[in-house]
Amino acid sequence: MLIQRASDIASSEITSENLYGNRREFIKTASAVLGVAAAGTIIPVGAFARPQGVVRADSSKKPGPYDTTEKLTPYEDATTYNNYYEFGIDKGDPAKNSRNFKPKPWTVKVEGMCSKPGTYAFDDLLKGLTVEDRIYRMRCVEAWSMVIPWQGVPLADLIKKLEPAPSAKYVEFKTLVDPNQYPEQRRSFFKVLDWPYVEGLRLDEATNPLALFATGVYGKPLPNQNGAPLRLVTPWKYGFKGIKAIVNIRFTDKQPLNTWQLQASQEYGFYANVNPNVDHPRWSQARERRIGEFFKRPTLMFNGYGEQVAQMYAGMDLRRNF
Amino acid sequence: MSKLNRWWILKPVVFLACLVPIEWLVFDTLTGGLSANPLEDIRDRTGIWTLRFLMMTLGVTPLRRISGWSSLIRFRRMFGLFGFFYGFVHLATYIWLDQYFAFAEILKDMFLKRPFIISGYISFFLMLPLALTSTRKWITRLGGSRWQMLHRLIYLSAVAGALHYFWRVKADIERPVAYIAVLAVLLAIRGWYALQRRRSQGIPEMKAV
Repeated sequence: MLIQRASDIASSEITSENLYGNRREFIKTASAVLGVAAAGTIIPVGAFARPQGVVRADSSKKPGPYDTTEKLTPYEDATTYNNYYEFGIDKGDPAKNSRNFKPKPWTVKVEGMCSKPGTYAFDDLLKGLTVEDRIYRMRCVEAWSMVIPWQGVPLADLIKKLEPAPSAKYVEFKTLVDPNQYPEQRRSFFKVLDWPYVEGLRLDEATNPLALFATGVYGKPLPNQNGAPLRLVTPWKYGFKGIKAIVNIRFTDKQPLNTWQLQASQEYGFYANVNPNVDHPRWSQARERRIGEFFKRPTLMFNGYGEQVAQMYAGMDLRRNF
Repeated sequence: MSKLNRWWILKPVVFLACLVPIEWLVFDTLTGGLSANPLEDIRDRTGIWTLRFLMMTLGVTPLRRISGWSSLIRFRRMFGLFGFFYGFVHLATYIWLDQYFAFAEILKDMFLKRPFIISGYISFFLMLPLALTSTRKWITRLGGSRWQMLHRLIYLSAVAGALHYFWRVKADIERPVAYIAVLAVLLAIRGWYALQRRRSQGIPEMKAV
């Protein structure tokens, strides 16, 4: 059994010059493809060469057992290209509209079938748990992907601490409802989604070693637009499973009805496992565009985490349980 | 003639204005104004401008009749051709930059009952004959009424384009619904005019179905 150790090197020190090369490579490929290779030399700073943020690489850092060694997505991109409908429907809206969001103080209500229900202050909820670094691929259902260095506590550790009852089969999470802080929750007309945003996992999924309750990215506290102060990260599932700004954890024996399934059950299911063979009804899931890259790449089954998660779905028809 | 003299300057001005969206897009592309997913931005922005130009084209006739400013007609073809231009860039972006000629994927998108993709093709390919026959020569060749009949395809193209947008979004239907509403008004005005015409010509009114 592998016990992953929290590294004592902060992720802010991870990574490298290849990160810097990311956008340059993009504009080079793009220019070549467009037959305007010259443009790359004439135009020094382009769409594909914006400031890179402060993330530096340190090749001496040993990757953890679940870490990918792929190039990190630039911090700038991961924090300005977000789906977080409470703050707005365009990708840039969360960064723009979340500046005054207050992730502190924060309380999380734990309820349902467990021995430790109650209302926890943020620090109390995570007390005694070790924050770890994880570099995961993130695959959005919209067919784009990123590589993000997270910091957080293994969800398994938290769940163990909350002592679910043997009868509990699922865990459900809810995002904050606060129309004062979330512009989209103030609408009564053309409401985008039903609030609160709800997500859920089977208990075995939630206790899979990959599942993370993230509190930071790139060695910094989680930015508001990325789901501060606490969000779910399940790298083998589509990004929408990664519920943000969690205020409620409930253990239950019934499969939770997650928000997107409620919104469009033909298009989004409960499991939402990354699967190149099961297309979204309106677009293909066979390939994805890694942010910063020009050409699409093939999407991997379970986003490349089959070794860790495939056994949980053995015998299940993944076409039906999409 | 005096009227022509008065307005001739407007035509190049409007022409240049119609180029602003693409110039703006090129500017943003080169200066880092696009998001982390620039290809999608290019695809989405040219798509929305296609729809806007289709709407503007359809707006000319009603606006002309309501305002009585009949010179507006001179902009209709220009708007229509710009709609075709942005539609072409949009489709090229999808096939070239987005899919990079992965024809297996492109064909799958087309034939796998994806109304979202199919409606986009329909909208574009309905514009094609209109763009090709947009010259004065073609009006003469086809004869005014036949030409006009052909060019009514723009109604279908616009409907398909608006549906393409509606089917593309995930849950944020407000904007596509706004476009559909505007389109419905533009088409309803035409229905109303057709009805008036029929009445004034004494042709018995068709029973509403």
